Amino acid sequence: MQSLQKSGDYKGCSTGVLLKLNWYSLVAYLTTVSIIFEQYLWDGVELFYIFYRHFYRPASLPAEDVSTNSNGPKQDSLFDDDPEDLFAEATEEVSLDSPERDVLLSDGPSPAITPITPPTSVITPQSLTVPVSLQIEEEEGGDSFDIHIAVSDPEKVGEFSGTFWHLRDKQDSSGTSLSVFKQGEFSVKRRFSDFLGLHSKLASKYLHVGYIVPPAPEKSIVGMTKVKVGKEDQSSNEFVEKRRSALERYLMRTVKHPVLLKDPDVLQFLESSELPRAVSTQALSSAGLLRMVNKAADAVNKMTIKMNESDAWFEEKQQQFENLDIQLRKLHASVESLVCHRKELSVNTALFAKSAAMLGNSEDHTALSRALSQLAEVEEKIDQLHQDQANADFYLFSELLGDYVRLITAVKGVFDHRMKTWQKWQDSQMLLQKKREAEAKLQFTNKPDKLQQAKDEIKELEGKVQQGERDFEQISKTIRKEVSRFEKERVKDFKSVIIKYLESLVQTQQQLIKYWEAFLPEAKAIS
Amino acid sequence: YRNLTHWLKTRSVSVDLNNDASLLIDIPDALCERDKVKFTVHTKTTLSAFQKPEFSVPRQHEDFIWLHDTLVETEDYAGLIIPPAPPKPDFESPREKMHKLGEGEATMTKEEYNKMKQELEAEYLAVFKKTVQVHEIFLQRLSSHAILSKDRNFQIFLEYDQDLSVRRKNAKEMFGGFFKNMVKTADEVIISGIKEVDDFFEQEKTFLLDYYSKIKDSTAKAEKMTRSHKNVADDYIHISATLNTLSADDSTFYLRLYKVEGRVASDQELKLTELLRYYMRDIQAAKDLLYRRARALADYEHSNKALDKARLKSKDVPQAEEHQQQCLQKFDKLSESGKRELTSFKGRRVVAFRKNLIEMAELEIKHAKNNVTLLQGCIDLLKSN
Repeated sequence: MQSLQKSGDYKGCSTGVLLKLNWYSLVAYLTTVSIIFEQYLWDGVELFYIFYRHFYRPASLPAEDVSTNSNGPKQDSLFDDDPEDLFAEATEEVSLDSPERDVLLSDGPSPAITPITPPTSVITPQSLTVPVSLQIEEEEGGDSFDIHIAVSDPEKVGEFSGTFWHLRDKQDSSGTSLSVFKQGEFSVKRRFSDFLGLHSKLASKYLHVGYIVPPAPEKSIVGMTKVKVGKEDQSSNEFVEKRRSALERYLMRTVKHPVLLKDPDVLQFLESSELPRAVSTQALSSAGLLRMVNKAADAVNKMTIKMNESDAWFEEKQQQFENLDIQLRKLHASVESLVCHRKELSVNTALFAKSAAMLGNSEDHTALSRALSQLAEVEEKIDQLHQDQANADFYLFSELLGDYVRLITAVKGVFDHRMKTWQKWQDSQMLLQKKREAEAKLQFTNKPDKLQQAKDEIKELEGKVQQGERDFEQISKTIRKEVSRFEKERVKDFKSVIIKYLESLVQTQQQLIKYWEAFLPEAKAIS
Repeated sequence: YRNLTHWLKTRSVSVDLNNDASLLIDIPDALCERDKVKFTVHTKTTLSAFQKPEFSVPRQHEDFIWLHDTLVETEDYAGLIIPPAPPKPDFESPREKMHKLGEGEATMTKEEYNKMKQELEAEYLAVFKKTVQVHEIFLQRLSSHAILSKDRNFQIFLEYDQDLSVRRKNAKEMFGGFFKNMVKTADEVIISGIKEVDDFFEQEKTFLLDYYSKIKDSTAKAEKMTRSHKNVADDYIHISATLNTLSADDSTFYLRLYKVEGRVASDQELKLTELLRYYMRDIQAAKDLLYRRARALADYEHSNKALDKARLKSKDVPQAEEHQQQCLQKFDKLSESGKRELTSFKGRRVVAFRKNLIEMAELEIKHAKNNVTLLQGCIDLLKSN
C-alpha cells in the first residue's frame, strides 16, 4: 500500500509538470515537430543558412516596400511584426529570449534545438507575390460581365524579401455599371500572403451569412522555402507554375461572384498599389493557431448540434454534397495516379528510344539500321508528347478537381454556419422561455424592481429571438441562391475544362498519327 | 475461351514459314488447365515418312522443350542454328492482378470491378495467344528447314499419339543440362579468345555479340514501356467508373478510351516487344552455333598439337592423324553450314523486322485515328449541349 502511494506521489508529480504545459505550448511543440520533420527532408545546411541570413538580414518589412532587405539586424522588429502573445504565454518550457537564439546560431545546422520562433520568422516576410492581370469586358446591357485575370510570372525582388506577383486589371468599356472599377487597365503587385489575407477577410465577412467564399490556394512550406532560397530546379519551377495558375483560378472565381466583386476589400486588392500587410496569415502565427483551435472546436460542436430540419431541400442538398465530395476525392486520386503513370510512361519511352538508337547503330544492314534509328527518333518525340499530355492532365484536370474538393468543403462550411445560426436562435428562444417562467414566478413575489428588470430582459430577448429567426431565414435564402449559382458554375466549369482536356487529347493523338505516318515509309523501305 | 478458339480459327498462318505444302503444321486449339497448357498439334503432309496424311496430337510445353534439347544435342546438327525453344507460358502477371482485384473488390463499384475483370481477361487472352504463336513458330521453323524437318525425333513429336513423357528428361538428364549451361559460359570465354582465321566468322562474331547485348537491352526497355502504357489504361478505367457515378455526360467516352488505350498497349506488346524478344533468343541460337564451331576449332587445334607430339614421340601416329582428320572435317563441315545458316539468318531477321515494324506503325496509326474520331465525337456532343 505504501509503495503504491509512493508511486502515486511520483505520478502526481510528473502529471503536475504535464499539466503545467498548457494547451498552446503543446500545440506549438507539435507544429514545430511537424515542420522540422518536413524540413529534415531537405538540406539542413540551407535551412541553417535561412535562419542565419534571417537573423542577420531580416527582410520583415511592410509588403509594398520591397527593397528593404539589406538593413542591419532588426531582431526586435521581427518579433513586433508577429503578435506572439500566445507564445509569450507558452514560454514556460520554451523561452523566446536571446540566449536561445544565440545557442541556435552557434550550434550549427541542427534544427533539433530550434525553439518555436525560427520557423515562424522564416515564413513571416517571405511571401511570394503574384502579378495578376485583370481584364474586364462587359457584355451589353447588364450585370453579366467577363473578367479575365492573368497572373504573370512571379518576380523575385531582393533576397529573401519575397517574390511579387503582378496583377493586371483591364477594363475595356468605359462608363459602365461597373463603376466600381476606377480605371481601364491596371496592374499591381501582390504577395501570396496578400491573397491569403483577402480570403480570410472575405471569409470572416461572408461565410457566416451563407455566401460560398472560394478557398485560397494552399500554403506549402517546403515548396516555398525552396523557391526562396533560389533552388532553380524542375520541381521549384513546377511549384511556381502550379501556384501561379492556382492564384489565377482563385481570383477568377472570387470576382465571378456578384456579391464578392462589389466588396471593398476585393476592390482594394485589385486596384490599390499598396496593401497593408496581412499579418494573421502565417501558418504558425497566433492567429493561425487560433484558427486551428477554432476548427477543432467547431468539429466537436457539429457533432453535438441536432437540428430539426424542417426543410427537406437542405437535407437533400447536404446529402448530395456529401456524395459529391466522396466522388470528387476519388476522382482526384485517380487523376493524380494517371499523371504519375503518364510521366513514368514518358520516362520509359525515352529510355527505349535511346536503346533503339543503339540497336540501330550496331545493326549492319543499312536500311534496317536507318529504320531503327528512325524508330528511336519517333519514340523520342512520343516521349515528349507524353510529357506534355501529363502536364495537361495535371493542370487542366487534376487541379480543377483539387479546387472543387476544397470548394465543397467551403460549401459544407456554409451549411454548418446555417446550423449554428439555427442553434443560436433556438438558444435565445429557450432563454426567453426560461426568463418568462422566471417572470411568472416573480409575479407572485413582492419585488417590483426585480419584476421590471425581468420584463426588460424579456423584451430584449424577444428582440433577439426575432433577430435570430430573421438571421436564420436570411441565411437559408442566401444559401439556396448560392447553391444554385454554385451548381451552375460547377457544370459550366467542368464542361469547359473537360472540353479543353479532350481537345488536348485529340491533339496528342493527331501528333501521334503524324509521327507514325512519317515512319511508315522508312519501315517499308527495308529491303 | 470462346474468344481464343475464334481467334485460332480466323488467324492467317504466317506465310513465310508455312509455304511448303509437303509439311504443314499448325496449332488449331489449345486448352489451359491450372498451370499447364495443352496444345493440339495438327499436321498435314504429303511425305511418305509419315503414316497418315493428316493427324493431330496433344502436346505439352515440356514436350517442345524435349524436342529442342534433343536437336541441340545431336552432333550432326552442330553446324545448324537450332530454332530457340519457346518460353514457358507465363500467366503469373494476370493471375497476380486477378488476385489483387479480388482483394480490392469491396472498394470498387460493381461496374468498375466488371471493367477491370474484363480487362484482365483480355490480358489473360493475350498471354495465351502469345504462347500459342510462339510454340507454333518453333514447329514451323523446324518444318521449313531442309535438314531439321527430316529429323526422326521431330517426326516422333508430330506423330506419336501416346504421351511423350517416357522419352522426356528425367532428373539426371536435367542435371546434365544444368552442367551444359555452365559449359556454355566457358564457351563464351573460348569464343572470345580464339583466333579467327575466317573473316566472315570474325565479323559475325563481333556483330552478334554486340547486337545481342543491345537487343537484350531494347527488349527490357520495350517491356517496361508497354507496362507503363497498361498502367495508364488501367487508370482510365477507374476514372471512367468514377465519372459514371458522377453521371456526367462525358463518362462514356472514357469508357471507350480506356479500351482503346488498353488495346494500343497490347498491340504494341505483341508487335514490338515480341519481335525483339524473339530475335533476342534467335541471336542466342546463332551465338550457340558460333560456340560449337569455336569448340570444333579448338578441338582441331588440340588434335594438331597431339599429332605433333605423337610424331615427336613416334607413338600412336596413325590414331593421331586420323583424329586430326576427323577434327578438321568436322570443323570444315561446321564452317560451311555455319556460313550458310548465318547468311540466311540475317535475311530472315531483316524480313521479320520489316514486317513487324510496318504492322506496328500501321496499327498505331489506326488506333490514333480511332481515338481522334472518338474524342472529336465527344467534344462535339459536349459543345452542342
